[in-house]
Amino acid sequence: MRLYRAAFTRGPALFKDHRFLTTKGYAVATSAQRKPIRWHIGVLLAPAILIYTVIMLLPVFDSLRMSLYGKGPDGAPVFVGLANYTTLLTDSYWQGPFWNALWNNVVFFIIHMLVQNPIGILLAALLSLGKLPGREFYRTALFLPTMLSFVIVGFVWKLILSPAWGVSKTLLGSVGLGSWFAPWLGQPDTALITLALISVWQFIGLPMMLIYAAMIAIPDELMEAASCDGVTGINQFFKIKLPLIWPSIGVVSILTFVGNFNAFDLIYVSQGALAGPNFSTDILGTLLYRTFFGNQLQAGDPFMGATIAGAMFLIILCGVCVYLYGVQRRLAYYQM
Amino acid sequence: MTQRIARRFQISTLAAHLVLIGFTLLALAPTLLVIMNSFKPRKEIFGAPLALPSFETITLIGYDTVLKRGDILNYFQNSLIVTVCALFFIILFGAMAAFALSEYRFPGNRLIGLFLVMGIMVPIRLGTVGILKLMVSLGLANTLFALILVYTAQGLPMAVFVMSEFMRQVSDDLKNAARVDGLSEYTILFRLVLPVVRPAIATIAVFTMVPIWNDLWFPLVLAPGESTRTMTLGAQSFIGQFITDWNAVLAALTLAIVPMLILYLMFSRQLIRGITAGAVK
Repeated sequence: MRLYRAAFTRGPALFKDHRFLTTKGYAVATSAQRKPIRWHIGVLLAPAILIYTVIMLLPVFDSLRMSLYGKGPDGAPVFVGLANYTTLLTDSYWQGPFWNALWNNVVFFIIHMLVQNPIGILLAALLSLGKLPGREFYRTALFLPTMLSFVIVGFVWKLILSPAWGVSKTLLGSVGLGSWFAPWLGQPDTALITLALISVWQFIGLPMMLIYAAMIAIPDELMEAASCDGVTGINQFFKIKLPLIWPSIGVVSILTFVGNFNAFDLIYVSQGALAGPNFSTDILGTLLYRTFFGNQLQAGDPFMGATIAGAMFLIILCGVCVYLYGVQRRLAYYQM
Repeated sequence: MTQRIARRFQISTLAAHLVLIGFTLLALAPTLLVIMNSFKPRKEIFGAPLALPSFETITLIGYDTVLKRGDILNYFQNSLIVTVCALFFIILFGAMAAFALSEYRFPGNRLIGLFLVMGIMVPIRLGTVGILKLMVSLGLANTLFALILVYTAQGLPMAVFVMSEFMRQVSDDLKNAARVDGLSEYTILFRLVLPVVRPAIATIAVFTMVPIWNDLWFPLVLAPGESTRTMTLGAQSFIGQFITDWNAVLAALTLAIVPMLILYLMFSRQLIRGITAGAVK
């Protein structure tokens, strides 16, 4: 069994471009003739581009444009350039909440990467072990929390962790750890970690499934060949399977990044828009919501809200660029 | 020697089972706990939260409270319509665009690809105000169609991204053989390439279906009316109403979970078959 790097089988552009391989008309195409218009490309692209542009992109850019405007003396919007961004980063009223939310968001993401992905890989590896009986059941059960909505997950965990109900205390007590119990969601130094772990609990199925799909796509012959060459067990995982699933891990990581920096619902449902206690669970999504729509403490400010949205946009843009140009290009893809 | 290998194999299988059982329990327990306690009287919910409901004291008082308000069946139907339609459009249009981008070389290919994929990092929520204005001007406010359009737009970038990644791995020989046989480009896409990239479709189905079903934001903004309310919005509003009535909260949660459980058990076979069929060697 030989592995080909996709790039090599792709070959020179001549073979990639099917114009030279199709029959009617194209087969005799010479440099002197004009290329026929390939209408099907337009037909294939049109619906996606149309819906995406009209429903998503234009409204979003309209909103982002608002971050460059401020409220004029007569209430009408006035162009202010980057003044809103300067205010967000340096004004004493805005900079505290912003850096707090950004830092919390980073912590939120790091916990996901450190907990969710290794466990996802572990579960996928265990599930793809030979013919493990009952794997269909495990797969179905482990993926179940991912199907639940934030509303349900937020409320369920709020009830379970609530000292009023006392389920977690009883459970911990039954294994002799009763004294460990604390109202984790109510304490400023544990609330964010607790919420991140709840989120990991909910979404563990996604990395598991993606990596599992990549693992079962690895041909049996390859693993047999590895066994014949004496590469078995843990070694087989690290030397053969892991390199083949790196692209999937990359996809999972960037999805986690984008998801985490857009997160809002779980925190909103379990801690409210004020992201208590004392803003310790405030992330960019909740800060945006509060700023945009207002709350008990302040009136809604669409211009500053748009500015925070713009900042989120830039952060996510940076992450995606790092992935596309720093990570994805270095990954080797194999045709199997 | 062979015995030792066999034993080692058994031990590793056993360990795998133990780890998987542990995580499975962790995944299922919270949901089961809520469903179980929704059938208990208040005293038992607090006195013995971990016990199964007993026959003598089983009660439906919470369900009674909840079902007197809200139209669960209608909410469920709304969610189902929105999710299935949006999913269909995302996969259809996404596959078409992904095929065009991964298969042909034409001027602007990379640019259009970047343009579409850019949507992955644009949170569509940022455009809420603009979208609402647009829907009102199209006369689509408070309709399920507005939600379907928004979710289709939201899901397309990811679908195009994932599917073109997968489509690049489809062997060129296969497609060129079909071209030599005179098949049209559309036939090649729908008959040849789509079946091969079924794992990608399953992946996209999972990735897009879940957020659509669970979304609270757009139903609240675009379709808050009683007749167009989705399951998530419905659950949120009645849990809010009964916050101190534990029987009702647990019953409301159960009612929100169970349809999704059924939906999931229906779809999961399809899903897992989709993933494994595509990876058959």
